[in-house]
Amino acid sequence: MRSREQSGGLHPTVILWMAVGMLGFAVLPWYGVEDGFFGLSWLFEGYPLEFAPALVLSLKGEKLWLAPLGLLMAAPLLLWGRQKSDPLFGKLLVAIGAAGFAWMLFQGFAIGLRGWQFGWLQGLFGELGDRQFGMGYGALLVGLAFLFLFSVGLAARGAVGGDVFVVSTIAFVVAAVGLFIFMPILQMLANALVTEDGSYSVTTFLGKLFSARLWSLDCLAGGSRCGVAWNSLFLAVLVGVLTTVLGLVFALMVTRTGFRYGKLLRALTVLPIITPPFVIGLAIILLFGLSGAVTQTFSELFGIQPTRWIYGLPGLLIAQLLAFTPIAFLVLIGVVEGVSPSMEEAAQTLRANRWQTFWTVSLPLMRPGLANAFLLGFIESMADFGNPLVLGGNFDVLSTEIFFAIVGAQNDEAQAAILALVLLAFTLLAFYAQRFWLGKKSYTTMSGKGDAGMHPQLPTGLKRAVYGVAGFWVAFTIFIYATIFYGSFVKLWGVDHSLTFAHYVKAFAVGWNEFGIHWKGSAWSSFWTTLQIALISSPLTAAIGLLTAYLLVRQNFAGKNAFEFGTMLSFAIPGTVIGVSYVIAFNVPPIELTGTGIILVLSFIFRNMPVGVRAGVASMSQIDKSLDESSLTLGANSWQTFHRVVLPLLRPAIVAALVYSFVRAMTAISAIIFLVSARYDMSTSYIVGRVENNEYGIAIAYSAVLIGVMLAVVGLMQLVVGRRNIGRRGHELSQSRTNVSQPAFSGGS
Amino acid sequence: MAEIKSNAASVEFRDVTKVYGKSPVPAVNNVSLFVEAGKLVTLLGPSGCGKTTTLRMIAGLEMATRGQILIGGADVTQLPATDRDVSMVFQSYALFPHMTVNENVEYGLKFSGFAKKEIGERARAGLELVGLSGYGSRLPSELSGGQQQRVAVARALVLEPQVLLFDEPLSNLDAKLRRRVREEIRDIQTKLGLTVVYVTHDQEEALAVSDRIIVMNNAVIAQDGTPRELYDAPADAFVADFIGEANIFDCEIASVDEGLAKVRLGGLETELDARGMKPGPAKLAVRPSRIEIKPAGSPRTIPGRLDKVTYVGSDLEFMVGTEFGEVFAVSSDVDAPFVPGQDVGLGFAARGPVLIRA
Repeated sequence: MRSREQSGGLHPTVILWMAVGMLGFAVLPWYGVEDGFFGLSWLFEGYPLEFAPALVLSLKGEKLWLAPLGLLMAAPLLLWGRQKSDPLFGKLLVAIGAAGFAWMLFQGFAIGLRGWQFGWLQGLFGELGDRQFGMGYGALLVGLAFLFLFSVGLAARGAVGGDVFVVSTIAFVVAAVGLFIFMPILQMLANALVTEDGSYSVTTFLGKLFSARLWSLDCLAGGSRCGVAWNSLFLAVLVGVLTTVLGLVFALMVTRTGFRYGKLLRALTVLPIITPPFVIGLAIILLFGLSGAVTQTFSELFGIQPTRWIYGLPGLLIAQLLAFTPIAFLVLIGVVEGVSPSMEEAAQTLRANRWQTFWTVSLPLMRPGLANAFLLGFIESMADFGNPLVLGGNFDVLSTEIFFAIVGAQNDEAQAAILALVLLAFTLLAFYAQRFWLGKKSYTTMSGKGDAGMHPQLPTGLKRAVYGVAGFWVAFTIFIYATIFYGSFVKLWGVDHSLTFAHYVKAFAVGWNEFGIHWKGSAWSSFWTTLQIALISSPLTAAIGLLTAYLLVRQNFAGKNAFEFGTMLSFAIPGTVIGVSYVIAFNVPPIELTGTGIILVLSFIFRNMPVGVRAGVASMSQIDKSLDESSLTLGANSWQTFHRVVLPLLRPAIVAALVYSFVRAMTAISAIIFLVSARYDMSTSYIVGRVENNEYGIAIAYSAVLIGVMLAVVGLMQLVVGRRNIGRRGHELSQSRTNVSQPAFSGGS
Repeated sequence: MAEIKSNAASVEFRDVTKVYGKSPVPAVNNVSLFVEAGKLVTLLGPSGCGKTTTLRMIAGLEMATRGQILIGGADVTQLPATDRDVSMVFQSYALFPHMTVNENVEYGLKFSGFAKKEIGERARAGLELVGLSGYGSRLPSELSGGQQQRVAVARALVLEPQVLLFDEPLSNLDAKLRRRVREEIRDIQTKLGLTVVYVTHDQEEALAVSDRIIVMNNAVIAQDGTPRELYDAPADAFVADFIGEANIFDCEIASVDEGLAKVRLGGLETELDARGMKPGPAKLAVRPSRIEIKPAGSPRTIPGRLDKVTYVGSDLEFMVGTEFGEVFAVSSDVDAPFVPGQDVGLGFAARGPVLIRA
């Protein structure tokens, strides 16, 4: 045996978490601090009572319901001198951890802004005469300590081979996902039942759920408009199908036609991903709107009366196709490359011609990719908020409808919740339909054995069609981006086309005053906030995503399937729904986050986590499991193995997850439009504000700057995280990078 | 200069069963075995027989569903891999591609509480032992397959484990290198007196390196013995055929007298070691090299007709059609004038046939 037996006293891990818990209970302020999570003013003001730790509160006879937590925190001392293998050790820790965590949740939810939340408690204890505040550092640390003591206990009882690191990680991810994905969604469900006078009513709920505004089919019967839900669904299906087809076209062109400028095409497809969501919508207005360049040219040349045709379905469709096709392409290129050439060669030697090979072998093998690409396009379109806001016209969709329900005159949270439910139902249905369609068939074509051979060329007719479609798309994209760039320098589009720097100056002027640099421009505040939030959230997103991937790929534990489903669920939840549910759930204690930067960071982490998970899963499955095992047999524990062997080999996935979550944080709009506050305004919501005021110049100039900044930061991240140094194999592994990054670009906006 | 020593300890399985997930069939079924300290014992069997699962249970990479595992007399059944004093050399070598050879060899030492200086010295000693001094700063990808293999061995050796495990360590090497490396492994093992458990599906490799071989089939131990015991006295038809090739004949034990059995095979009668068997139907295993091809009608032969004669360089191989089915025979007399279609008589060399249970 390697000599690791402790000598008496307490297990070191237990000591660690007790210390953390005690720090939270006895030293740090229990409740949230007014000037934000990172505000430390309480340190210098000598603990005013509202910043007191729970211990002080209890000693002063206030908030006595916190006192049991302290006792529970001290309870592991009962284990003094006991070995980890002692059955009591595990049992007691599990009991302490569970009791502590449950008590925290109970006191958090049972006591609200106005005393007891539940009638029976009032009956039991009488009027409370006190209220709840949002939890702060102290509560956070104590909660974590209970969670991890619980895990240590479970591990000691033999869960997952007795591995403390793995059990703790599972517990942490489960708690985080439960608290920040499931709880908000459930609260939103509950809210959907609330009527205007504050009571619960199923009939009102059903009335709203099945209202004509949502489900009318007038347009089929010659009426003017259809229900919002049908609009969203129709648009999303259309976008899903078309982006998948277009993505497949590009993927085939790059891999199967001897096309030489594949790299260029890939570079071009990155552009829409780093473009703030409604910029394309704006450019389309600049070109095809009433006073748009193309519209005007046509009316002058051919005398065609300018119309507003672009507003509504046509414009939305064009904008979303431009924005989401690259995502489909990135998903499909990995899949198309992944189809083993020997399968196709085998088909050909069995007398199938190129068409037959393509239809009977290549295409069916791409099915998972096609399903994935469709699902992404569908969800992206459902959740898209920017383009419908700008281009929607009379074609109302769910996402904008939800927005106006919350920010509009009526401020109807219940209505927003109901709409969000419908949206969620659609995406979850699509999610299930995809799983059902793929079924249990295996589409694995990578055998891990040598796989020489060439992909066959496309049949000539198909090849021509592919070139035609792709050529048109590329030209159109370049045209759109040239318009954006040019538009940011034009004084007033459609009226005064003289060139000017005025928009940039107004947004980004810098001056000097007695304090040094003075950020005069109107955009600076939101710009710095965005950068800060994005830089904080992206490493956290990558971390939790990769940890989850590690659990999914490398560990076996009871309930793994449910675990996987839970973590991937947020992938099917549109940003709009996350936004609404966060507003509803985190507006009141015990977790009171509205108006803080934390809520933005949290929403990004849990919005983008599935991406980290997928990137991690994809590249971890390519790392031979025997590497982990040899590390374990060499005496490293699972944390050391993760840290020294798995992580260094995962660098490409880390880069992908970092880059992606950063870019998403910079460009997201659908969730954060509900979560921004005066103090924490984000670039995208600032730009939306400008668009609503018809200040297109500034909006476009700002977007151009964001695109530039993202390119720079993405490049920097690549440099900092660097590459794996593994000699010759580096070449072979870098080939897989397309596979690693392909699932990265997924999830709603 | 540090020297690699051995802390060899025994390995014992007591009624160990391993069931994966909800699978109805156990991967290892109620296996008991004992490996003495300082011996090289091979787990041999066809793929899917449970030998690798057994090895991984020794390592702690799989946990036994039932039963007890002891290393050096101490119960380690519940201990995970990290806490067992066992090292393993993987089929794929599992060298960490992002670390140099030195870093790979030092990896396990870092977690064993050695001083920095000692880590370096031990790593150097380990590399020297496998003849790779001076390769320390290379990356695994810059080494040949055989060299990678030796790094993997050095990495496991420097920890001076109680038990060293090998999981088909030669399967990724070409045939000539295989012979050399297996001799190197055996040399190091005997020199340091290590306890080694070695998994392979190659019976020749097993015969060459082992003190003892444990043959597994269908999740249980088929036979446990020295190479010679297995070869000369296989317990059943499976072992007879798996270790070297064997022709299996149905025969009849007419009578047993003081450990000697009178065996009837067609018209042929011989006396053989009864191996505790009683009169009745039995089987006879005969190695191809112990079958003599004689002119037709020779005494004490069974008649047959040559179907195929294949020249493979050092030997002639025969397929002979007989009343008992096809018989495979090998003769090193490559100049013997036999041609297909010819009638021959098959005789058994002394000590050739072995009785096994029907």
